[in-house]
Amino acid sequence: MDSDDDFNSSQMSDEDIMGDQDSDVSVEDGLPPAQSMDQDDVGFESQDKDIMPSKHAFDVDFTVYSPQQIQAYQDKQIEDVSSILGQPPEATAILLRHLRWNKERLIDQYMEKTEDILESAGLGETAQTHPPRLEKVAGFVCDICCEDDANQDTFAMKCEHRFCVDCYKQYLSTKIKDEGEAARIRCPGDGCNRVVDSKSLDLLVGEDIKDRYQVLLTRTYVDDKENLRWCPAPNCIYALQCGVKDKDLLQIVPTVHCECGHDFCFGCSLNDHQPAPCALVKKWLKKCEDDSETANWISANTKECPKCNSTIEKNGGCNHMTCRKCRNEFCWMCMGVWSEHGTSWYNCNRFEEKSGTEARDAQAKSRQSLERYLHYYNRYANHEQSAKLDKDIYLKTEKKMTALQTTTGMSWIEVQFLDAASQALQQCRQTLKWTYAFAYYLARNNATEIFEDNQKDLEMAVENLSEMFEKPIDQLQGLKVEMLDKTAYCTKRRIILLDDTAENLKSGNWEFNVSLS
Amino acid sequence: MSLPKRIIKETERLMADPVPGISAVPHEDNLRYFDVTIEGPSQSPYEKGIFQLELFLPDDYPMTPPKIRFLTKIYHPNIDRLGRICLDVLKSNWSPALQIRTILLSIQALLGAPNPDDPLANDVAQDWKKDEKGAIETARQWTQQYAK
Repeated sequence: MDSDDDFNSSQMSDEDIMGDQDSDVSVEDGLPPAQSMDQDDVGFESQDKDIMPSKHAFDVDFTVYSPQQIQAYQDKQIEDVSSILGQPPEATAILLRHLRWNKERLIDQYMEKTEDILESAGLGETAQTHPPRLEKVAGFVCDICCEDDANQDTFAMKCEHRFCVDCYKQYLSTKIKDEGEAARIRCPGDGCNRVVDSKSLDLLVGEDIKDRYQVLLTRTYVDDKENLRWCPAPNCIYALQCGVKDKDLLQIVPTVHCECGHDFCFGCSLNDHQPAPCALVKKWLKKCEDDSETANWISANTKECPKCNSTIEKNGGCNHMTCRKCRNEFCWMCMGVWSEHGTSWYNCNRFEEKSGTEARDAQAKSRQSLERYLHYYNRYANHEQSAKLDKDIYLKTEKKMTALQTTTGMSWIEVQFLDAASQALQQCRQTLKWTYAFAYYLARNNATEIFEDNQKDLEMAVENLSEMFEKPIDQLQGLKVEMLDKTAYCTKRRIILLDDTAENLKSGNWEFNVSLS
Repeated sequence: MSLPKRIIKETERLMADPVPGISAVPHEDNLRYFDVTIEGPSQSPYEKGIFQLELFLPDDYPMTPPKIRFLTKIYHPNIDRLGRICLDVLKSNWSPALQIRTILLSIQALLGAPNPDDPLANDVAQDWKKDEKGAIETARQWTQQYAK
C-alpha cells in the first residue's frame, strides 16, 4: 500500500513515537499490533480466508499506547536529551515542551543560541544553581492579596516576582484544575514569560494537584505530537499513533481501532466515517445541522415567490399573494401573475396559462436541489436510526442468547453467531450511512456507477441480515447457518465497497461537486 | 462573604488616588460591581468622548480577570456591538498581579491604538483596513453622537 511509503518517507514518523527504537525502554508489555484486533469480531467459522487478507486499501497502520507507555517514553526522551544538553531533567522537559517535542530542532537551536532558547522557554540563565525554596521577607506586601504579614512564607522563581505562598498555590491550582494548563503555566507576575517548572510546582502544591498536573503533562505530550492522538471515547485512556498527516486526508480516510473497542477517524477524531473523507464529513454534518429539519418543513409548507425566490409560507387568507420582499403579486394556486387573473379573483381556473407554467418550472428547479439533499439525508438518517434499533434488539437478544443456551443446550460459543451478526450489522450500517453523505457530494462519472452498485449490494445484504435478526428466538437456532453466511456476506460487501472507494480516493478518481479544501 | 483585602485596598486607592481621565466607583449594594468612565485619549478619534463601562469582579478575582464591557456605543475594531472588548490582558495574558487600574489604562490605550488585525467586530475591522480615514471619521461621529 502506498500509505506505507508516505509513512516512511516523512522524517519525523520514521521513528517510533518516542524517537529511539534502540532505546532500553522496551515494548515488551506493549500492545499487539492493532490490525489483528478488529478481526476478532467477525465470528468464528465465518472467517472466510479471502475476505480477510492482511491489508485493505482502506486500512491504515497504527499502534495503540497506554498512558504508562507514553509516560515511560516521555521520561526516556527527556533523559536522553537532558544528557546531551547537560541540563537537569526539569529544564529539559520544559525545553522539549516549549519546542513541541521536536528533539532535533531543540538540539540545533540549543547548540546555536543557548541563551535565546532558554530565555524564550522561560528558563533564563541557569536553573541549576538555586533550587526553589520558600522565604520570609521583611516588609513584603503580596501584590495579589495585599497581605503584609511579615511572617508569611513567600515564593519567587528566578524572575524575582515574589508572591505569598497562599496566592501562589491558589494561582497554580486555578491554572491546573480550572484551566487545565500544565506545560506552559507562566509566572503570575504581569507580563512575565517564565514558565513554572515542575520542581517549583512540587514545592508549592498538594498531592491531588500534582497528580492532575502529571496527567495534564502527559496529555500535552500527545497533544503536541502530530502523529499521536487520544482515543475520543469517554473514559478511554489510550492514545493512538498513526502516520497519516493532515495533508493526506483528501486521499485517505484513516479509521483506527482503539484497545477499548472504539473505531474513530485519526484525522478528525469523529466516529468511523469511511468511505467519506473528513472534509466531506465536516461539510455534511454542518449542512445537516443547519438544514435537515428546516428543509423538510420548507419542502412541505412553502413555495417560492416566482419573482425573487423568497420562501413564502401561506398562513391563511386568499390566494392573492403579495410578496413582502419584492411586492410581486401572484396567485398561490397557479403561481401566475395576479394582474392576469382579471376578474376571476379568488377562483383560479387558469392552470394552462404561460406565466404560471414558467413560474412553476423555476420553482421545480429550486425544489430539485432540496429534494436531492433530502433523498440522501433520509437514507443517511435512516441508517443511523436503524443502527440504534439493531443495538436495542441485540441487547434483548443477548438475554435470549442465554435462554437459548439453557433450552436447546447450545453452548455459549455456539450462540456467538448472534453477537457476530449484530456487530457486522452495526459496522455495515455505519459505513452505509456515510456512503449517502459521500454520494451527495459525488459528481457523476464512470466510477460512480460502480460505487452505486456496491452501495446497493451492501444495502440489500444488510437489510436481509437485519430482517433475519428480528426473527423470534425460537427460529434463530434453525437459521444459524444462514445467518452466518449472511453475516460473512455483509462483511464482504462492506470490504469491497470500502476497498473500491479508498482506492479511487487515493488515485483521485472521484469528482466532487464541492471544493474539499 | 466578606470582601477580600485585595479588593478593599484597590478600591481605596482608586478613590484616594484616581487615574487621570478614568473613574471607577463601586455600587453601594455590591462592592464588586463598578461604574466606570473613561475619557477618550487625545489625538484619537475618541477624543473628548466620555465612555461608560461596567466592571465586575468575579468570586475568584484576582485569579481570574475582571469582567468589563462598554455601555456606550463605540465604533472600534476590537469592541463589538455588545461592548465586549478584545484585549489580551483580559483573557490569556491576565496576571493576578494586574489591577483594575492597570486594566482600565490598557483599555484607554486600546482606544488610542486600535488593532484591526485582531478584530472582534469584523465589519468594523474590515472598514478600518479598507478605508482607515473613513473609519476614523465614523468613529469620531459616533463619539460625538453617543459618548457624551
